[in-house]
Amino acid sequence: MKQQEKEKEYEAYVKEKTPVRKPGPAMAKAFVTGGIICTIGQAILNACEKAGMSKDISASWCSLILILASVVLTGFGIYPKIANWGGAGALVPITGFANSVAAPAIEYKKEGQVFGIGCKIFTIAGPVILYGVFTSWVLGLLYWIGTLIGIV
Amino acid sequence: MNAIKGTQSIAFSESPYLVSAGSVAGKKEGEGPLGKYFDIASEDDLFGEKTWELAEGTMQKLACMLALKNAGVQPEEVRYLFGGDLLRQGIATSMGAEELQIPVFGLFGACSTSGEALALAAMTVAAGYGDLVLAATSSHFGSAEKEFRFPLGYANQRPLSSTWTVTGSGAFLVGKKKSRVRISGVTIGKIVDYGLKDSQNMGACMAPAACDTILQNLMDFGRDEKDYDRIITGDLGYVGQSILFDLLRKKGLDIKENHMDCGMTIFDQQTQHTNSGGSGCGCAAITLAAYIMPQLISGEWKRILFVPTGALMSTVSFNEGESVPGIAHGIVLEHC
Amino acid sequence: MDYINAFWVGGLVCALAQILLDRTKMMPGRVMVSLVVLGCILGFVQIFKPLQEYAGAGVSVPLLGFGNTLWNGVKEAVDKEGFIGIFLGGFKASAAGISGALIFGYIASWIFEPKMKE
Repeated sequence: MKQQEKEKEYEAYVKEKTPVRKPGPAMAKAFVTGGIICTIGQAILNACEKAGMSKDISASWCSLILILASVVLTGFGIYPKIANWGGAGALVPITGFANSVAAPAIEYKKEGQVFGIGCKIFTIAGPVILYGVFTSWVLGLLYWIGTLIGIV
Repeated sequence: MNAIKGTQSIAFSESPYLVSAGSVAGKKEGEGPLGKYFDIASEDDLFGEKTWELAEGTMQKLACMLALKNAGVQPEEVRYLFGGDLLRQGIATSMGAEELQIPVFGLFGACSTSGEALALAAMTVAAGYGDLVLAATSSHFGSAEKEFRFPLGYANQRPLSSTWTVTGSGAFLVGKKKSRVRISGVTIGKIVDYGLKDSQNMGACMAPAACDTILQNLMDFGRDEKDYDRIITGDLGYVGQSILFDLLRKKGLDIKENHMDCGMTIFDQQTQHTNSGGSGCGCAAITLAAYIMPQLISGEWKRILFVPTGALMSTVSFNEGESVPGIAHGIVLEHC
Repeated sequence: MDYINAFWVGGLVCALAQILLDRTKMMPGRVMVSLVVLGCILGFVQIFKPLQEYAGAGVSVPLLGFGNTLWNGVKEAVDKEGFIGIFLGGFKASAAGISGALIFGYIASWIFEPKMKE
């Protein structure tokens, strides 16, 4: 018990000693970066809808184009620089997801097609897909039960 | 007779010499404040190899060859090699040492490995098991990021407390061949665990170990901090240094005047965006080889305490929620 | 107007995520997972749709949108196919995103070499 208290005390002391990014500027940078990426997304959506595509297809095009752009920027080493400045602004949009797939693919190619790229391409993005699919499955199950007993 | 000092230290009666050193550094290190001191500062962080791991092995081999060349010694004359790095199963050392064909001990002490290697080399020589022994360590930003953090292209933002793994390798020839620097004593550190779990704040994880080893060294040798021209820690960084000062002050010791940290010296924090400083096995090793050694040779510093620090963790232990304990070894180096 | 809404709502989502990154020990992985899960839930409780009508890409481009897409896919498939739809819809709806990232990421691995950070 005493050991745990000591550890807590040290942790609190270290927290006080450790510098953190000033919340204002960090959030502002994330805001601007994320905002710009979303605005580009909006432009793609609008262009697709103008071309007479349905909402779903427009959304797919939007994702696809942003993903391609992010993968290319990752390959040239530009996306990490954007993220270094913009923080969550570059992490949270779909472009961040694409980066988290492309980065391990490029890094682990040295370890081979199957055990390198193949096994490790989802090391970062895997959890996003797993928990996304699982959550939607659980909610889908609830929804299905709902349809059975007639509340939806 | 070698004297066993206190509980953790050795004072060599016939101190082994630090005969020569070799330092190999990467591009960013070459652009840093110590850039001009390194034997080799490569523009190519791959060192002509295919992978980061091979590059690290090559650096270690180059550093050993430089140390030998600087002393005019052939590999066959070297009895043993004590080597270590940060990678799984110490693979960089294995790849680097293979070509040298020197009998090898592979070590792991995280970023404190240079101290561990120097201590074992000095003990081996002092005990008469070899006239010339090599101690070499390395780290590489690319291989370490891949091993401990994320692929290099991943869009993460580095916390301000994080450190930048130094791409570099330092090798030291320890032996009976005369030089201007001697290893007069060593203090082997204990594992010190204050329960911290933040692998992005290694300075804070290692500072208690550095504090413990420094105090033990002073106690075992009956010295006070003024007996050393410098007390030089490995890679505590800005965060770790301020914690070390606080911890020592609580014990009634103030080393602000003569403390130096390799991690804070090797990069320019303002222009190189390295946050808390440099880290890795290579950090303390190349700073000792390229910057500290010359000061000892010239007699600018008469006696220093070199304390490389290590954060003992693996990606598995971190994911399993274990704390990150620290370790630090003290090496007493004297001008002669 | 839709550009302004996309900008400020998208920016706000990212700014809030920045707090999670800096002030908690969540690390990037957990922040990404949380947003996807949150997106599913927002879709389920029918809050996502009005949000999307207001902000467009401002909510659909962040990973919230990925979550909502998964949920929408499941819902539509359940409506159409019943029970088996729970297993069908998610991947179908998110196919463009996942396939795109996988295929482009894989092709990128042919072209590009790992680069040191600066």
